[in-house]
Amino acid sequence: MSKSRELVALVAAVVIGGASFAAAQSGKPAKEPPAKTAREAAKPASPAAPAAASAPTKVPYGIGREAKPDEIAGWDIDVRPDGQGLPPGKGTARKGEDLFVAQCAACHGEFGESAGRWPVLAGGAGSLASHDPVKTIGSYWPYASTVIDYVRRAMPFGNAQSLSGDELYSIVAYVLYLNDVITDQDQELSDKNFPTVKLSNEANFFDDDREVSEKAFWKKDPCMSNCVAGAPKVLGRARAIDVTPEDGKGPRVE
Amino acid sequence: MLNKDNNRTVVSRRSLLGKGLALGAVAAGGGAPKAAEAGNPANLPPNVPEWSKTLGDGVAVRAYGKPSKHEAHVIRRDVEWLTASRESSVSFTPLHELDGIITPNGLCFERHHSGIAELDPHDYRLMIHGLVDKPLMFTLEDLERLPRVNRIYFAECAANSGMEWRGAQMNACQFTHGMIHNVMYTGVPLKVLLEEAGVKTNAKWLLLEGADSAAMTRSLPLQKALDDCLIAFRMNGERLRPENGYPVRICVPGWEANMWVKWLRRIEVGDQPWHHREETSKYTDLLENGKARRFTYVMDAKSVITNPSPQAPLKHRKGITIVSGIAWSGRGKIARVDVTLDGGRNWRTARLDGPVLDRSMARFYVEFDWDGQELFLQSRAMDETGYVQPTKDELRKVRGVNSVYHNNGIQTWRVSPEGEVENVEIA
Repeated sequence: MSKSRELVALVAAVVIGGASFAAAQSGKPAKEPPAKTAREAAKPASPAAPAAASAPTKVPYGIGREAKPDEIAGWDIDVRPDGQGLPPGKGTARKGEDLFVAQCAACHGEFGESAGRWPVLAGGAGSLASHDPVKTIGSYWPYASTVIDYVRRAMPFGNAQSLSGDELYSIVAYVLYLNDVITDQDQELSDKNFPTVKLSNEANFFDDDREVSEKAFWKKDPCMSNCVAGAPKVLGRARAIDVTPEDGKGPRVE
Repeated sequence: MLNKDNNRTVVSRRSLLGKGLALGAVAAGGGAPKAAEAGNPANLPPNVPEWSKTLGDGVAVRAYGKPSKHEAHVIRRDVEWLTASRESSVSFTPLHELDGIITPNGLCFERHHSGIAELDPHDYRLMIHGLVDKPLMFTLEDLERLPRVNRIYFAECAANSGMEWRGAQMNACQFTHGMIHNVMYTGVPLKVLLEEAGVKTNAKWLLLEGADSAAMTRSLPLQKALDDCLIAFRMNGERLRPENGYPVRICVPGWEANMWVKWLRRIEVGDQPWHHREETSKYTDLLENGKARRFTYVMDAKSVITNPSPQAPLKHRKGITIVSGIAWSGRGKIARVDVTLDGGRNWRTARLDGPVLDRSMARFYVEFDWDGQELFLQSRAMDETGYVQPTKDELRKVRGVNSVYHNNGIQTWRVSPEGEVENVEIA
């Protein structure tokens, strides 16, 4: 891989962020425990709330109306690793394959290998500490719940929230099968057993530790004169990579 | 959704160049910058130009004003090869064309994951539910009846400068540093809304969710929500622009802009983080050993010289020269900015001018007499916590080159004796 291709590949991975893969939902179960409606009228700020904010806080103002359970159920689509929020449904990788091919493969490839610049969904095992890490669901993602949540809310790209609960579980099962997370095409995943699915990279994430591991950046007094010996030597030039759009190339301005 | 031409329209290089603007023949890799063109002699003394003799447009002909037609090159730009689609992509703020600290609304960088959602403000709803005493639904009018505050904050994409981890790649300040904007937001402290709903004692996290078809979500620690987050409906005085979340987005001061969820439709209160796609697959920082940092929220102190820069060469050759740039920190106010002309051998402290605010851009200047020799320009920001902006090599030493996000390393511009400027890495 040439130097410039290598950099380009990195950046594409960086910024794309957006388009991963396929699915969503239509069955929208209420996962919320029944809303507790009785709020004592004169209750002061929640005890959980430490002081802080910057605006006057005469609480409450009585603004906003109560959200109804069916309204919440319609919009509340998030899923957590512990299974909270899982929509009802079930499916197998075998059933998911056809759905994946029909709804997802145009961008993500039939085996999650991706087409063009679209995100790679499978592969990359063991590559994270290498020069060219391939971060996929199997190699990188910590939780299977993230797959079902994301597919449900945002996929297929351009047709979000269109998949039924059964389609969702089937497609996710197929994607997990592509990643060797499940190995039996007929293993049924459902809202009952989904939280038992574990991904292998979960333990490799840790909370931001910059204030400890990068403590040296909080320096007393940075050097002001004669900080480096010798004249500056150019080690790398963006111009040599030559991937910057030319001036004048940009969106049309009327 | 997959447009064959990827929805990209491109104007010819010629149509923007050659308008007497001498605009960056350089960024494209061309020769030495030319001095500003002499202009049209018919408009110069002793002649009297047309605009001194005839009537111009009357009032309200330009009912919503635009910049001069001579500024048509001052635009957001994107990098075609960067993303698979325009709808999940980024455009960059033309920092080299701006001064002061406020980004004009029409130039604020964009980052969408499913394109620009076009919401009708009458149909806008914000729902708060989960671990609350009373789940609530707010209209835009409701939000505007609550006490509001005005704050100037920067919003910087976590991936800003991400293309530069492995070396100098983008030969333009707009593309190396342009995923940032700095505007005055008007909004209601999130704390006020949470108090309306009554947060339960076991609540620790919020889920923020957008109304676009990416339904972007991030988990936000409750403590931050109660501290300084704003539910914002105005930027620089006017309503948010659609591309910036019209009618409502959240401001999460000092923290990576991915968390500034646009078109905010829902806040769920919970007792643990959700570990959604944008905080697991994305916005986690892979280190050299294969482990990854998560929840790297704060944007550390950073600066860049915007002028001169590859798109803004020095046209005057030697003599009095102004170096201008911006600095910011997610941890507080900028305390000081140092600038070097010789690649870090010697530094001088720059002049901060204009407001220096908490977690906002600050503007700095250095005026000097250029002898016409090659320069290696760098800037180094310090914030009020004592954090000193590191070099890229110092960052790589701790993180390797695969962490994608949070590159706040010191930028070097090489200025040639001809005044041409390029993005380089030096030893």
